[in-house]
Amino acid sequence: MSAPAILAEDLYKSFGETEALRGLSLTAEEGTILGVLGPNGAGKTTAVRILTTLLAPDAGRATVAGYDVVGDAAALRAKIGLAGQYAAVDENLTGRENLEMVGRLYHLGRPAARERAGELLEQFSLTDAADRPAKTYSGGMRRRLDLGAALVARPPVLFLDEPTTGLDPRSRNQMWETIEERTAAGTTVLLTTQYLEEADRLADRIVVIDHGNVIAEGTADELKDRVGGERVEVRLEDSGEVERALGALAGLGPEQPVADDGWVRVAVAERKGAIAEAVRRLDGEAIGIDDVVLRRPTLDDVFLSLTGHVAADGDEAAENEEVRA
Amino acid sequence: MSSLSMAVSDTLVLAGRNLKRIPRQPDLLIAYTVQPVMFVLLFVYVFGGAIQTPGFDYVDFLMPGIIVQSIAFGGFVTALGLSEDVQKGLIDRFRSLPMSRSAVLAGRTSSDILLNLLSLAVLLAVGFVAGFNFDSTIGKILLGVVLLLFFGYAFSWVFALVGLYSSSPETANSIGFTAIFPLTFASSAFVPVASMPNGLKQFAEVNPFTTVVDAVRSLWLGTPANSDVWMAFLWCVVLIAIFAPLAVRRYRVVSA
Repeated sequence: MSAPAILAEDLYKSFGETEALRGLSLTAEEGTILGVLGPNGAGKTTAVRILTTLLAPDAGRATVAGYDVVGDAAALRAKIGLAGQYAAVDENLTGRENLEMVGRLYHLGRPAARERAGELLEQFSLTDAADRPAKTYSGGMRRRLDLGAALVARPPVLFLDEPTTGLDPRSRNQMWETIEERTAAGTTVLLTTQYLEEADRLADRIVVIDHGNVIAEGTADELKDRVGGERVEVRLEDSGEVERALGALAGLGPEQPVADDGWVRVAVAERKGAIAEAVRRLDGEAIGIDDVVLRRPTLDDVFLSLTGHVAADGDEAAENEEVRA
Repeated sequence: MSSLSMAVSDTLVLAGRNLKRIPRQPDLLIAYTVQPVMFVLLFVYVFGGAIQTPGFDYVDFLMPGIIVQSIAFGGFVTALGLSEDVQKGLIDRFRSLPMSRSAVLAGRTSSDILLNLLSLAVLLAVGFVAGFNFDSTIGKILLGVVLLLFFGYAFSWVFALVGLYSSSPETANSIGFTAIFPLTFASSAFVPVASMPNGLKQFAEVNPFTTVVDAVRSLWLGTPANSDVWMAFLWCVVLIAIFAPLAVRRYRVVSA
C-alpha cells in the first residue's frame, strides 16, 4: 500500500492566546475523500491552511503527496488545488479569463491554459457565461468557477474548505456530484464542512475535530454506531416546559436528555416501548406533547454527543481570531 | 523554468489581469483622469490668484506639484486592489499556487506605471489648456517624466504594504489619505515653502515631496537644480529598498 496522500502528525498552531490546533493528526489514503467535521473555530481552516502551505505550524509535521508542507512547500504547490470558503475568483475577469490566469500561474503555457479553461467551463456548465465578468455570476456559479480553478492543473490532492457553505440546496447537490466525479477519477480530497449531511454523503472517512483536536474518527456508520441506538424526540406544546420535560425524561435512556430548538431528545437503549414510556412520563407530569418521533442517529447526534453542542453552533469569536491572525 | 523567468512571466500575467479591469471599472478610470483635472482647475482658478509665486505664473509653479501628488496617489490602486484580494481570498489562492512569491505585488506596482502614464498625459493636456508651458530641453523634460514614473513606482510599494495591512479597501483608503495628503500639502507642491511658518517650513524642506517637486521644476522650468534631481532619484531607491522587502515579507504570511 502506498503512503497516504495526506498525513498530518501532531500539529500545533496558536494565534496569540488562541490555540487553534492542539496536536491534530489525520490521514487520507490516496483516492479517498476525508471529511473534516467541526463547528466554527474548531481549527478546520487552520488545518487546511497549514496543509496548503499558507501557514507554518508551530510544531508537528505534515506531508501532502509525499512533500513536506514546510520544507518542500514550493514543489508541493504544483500538486495541490485549493477551493476556499470565499469563492476566490477575480470578479472583474470573465470566467474564462480567471481559469486561463490560474493555468498560466501553474505554468501550463498559454495554449494549454486556454484549452484547459475551455474544458473546465464545459465540465462545470459555465460555457454560456464564460465570457461574462464573474461579478455577474450567481453564488453557485462562482463556487463552481472557484472549484474549476482548483482543478486547472489536475492536482492529485484537492483541498475544499467548506465548499458549499451558503449555497442553496440545488447548487449544493451539483457541487457534491462534481466532487464525487473527481474522486472517481483518482483525486484525493480533504473536505471540511459544518454540514453533517455533506460529510455523510461524500466522505469515505470522517474526522470530527473540536478545539483543535480530533475527538472521533471513522466512517459515518462507525460514528453513528458510537452514539448507540435510537432516540426519542418530543416537541412540546409549550416550550416553557422544557426544563420540566428534561426532568421527566431523565433516566429513560443511558444518557441525559437534551433540549434543542423546541425539541427534547433522549437516546434510548431499547426501541421497544420507548415512545409509550416517554408519553406516559410526560403525561404524568401534565406536559402537553405536540409531536413525538423515534429516530435513527444522524451525524448531528454524533456531534452533539461528542462535543456537547450542535455542529452549527460554534464559537464565533475563536473563528474570527483564527481567520484574522 | 528558472526562478527569474518564472517571476517575470508571473508578474506579466498579473499585470495583465490588473489592466484588464480598468476599462471594466469606470470609477477607477475616473479616479485617474477626472479627479486630477478637477484639482488642476480648482487650484489654478480658485487659489491661483491668492498664492504668490515670485518669478512664475502660478500654473507653471503648480503643474509639477500637482502631477507629483497625483502620481504618488496613483499607487493607491495597488493598496485598494491588494486589500480587496486579501479580503476576497484571492491572495490565498495565489499563495497556494506554484508561482513567484513577488509576482502579485510586482504585477500590481508595474501596472500602476501604465496608469500613471495615463494620468500624466491627462494632467499635462489640462495644464496646457490652463496655460502651462515647459521652459527646458526635450532631454530634461523626458528625464522629469522618468523621475515622476519612478517616484510613482516607489510609492506603489508603499501602498502595497498599506494594502496588505488593511482589513478592507475602506481602511486602505483612509490610511492612504490621512498619511499622504498632509505630506503633499506640507511640501513645495502647491505653495512656496518660504511662505510657511517656522516648524512647518523646516519640515517641508526635508519632506521628500519637496525634493521631488523641486527636481521636476528644475527639469521642466529651468529653475536651479542644486542637488534636487539626484536626491529625488535617491529617495525613490530608498523607498523601494525599504517598502518592497517589507511588502513581500507581509505577503508571505498575510491572510483574510
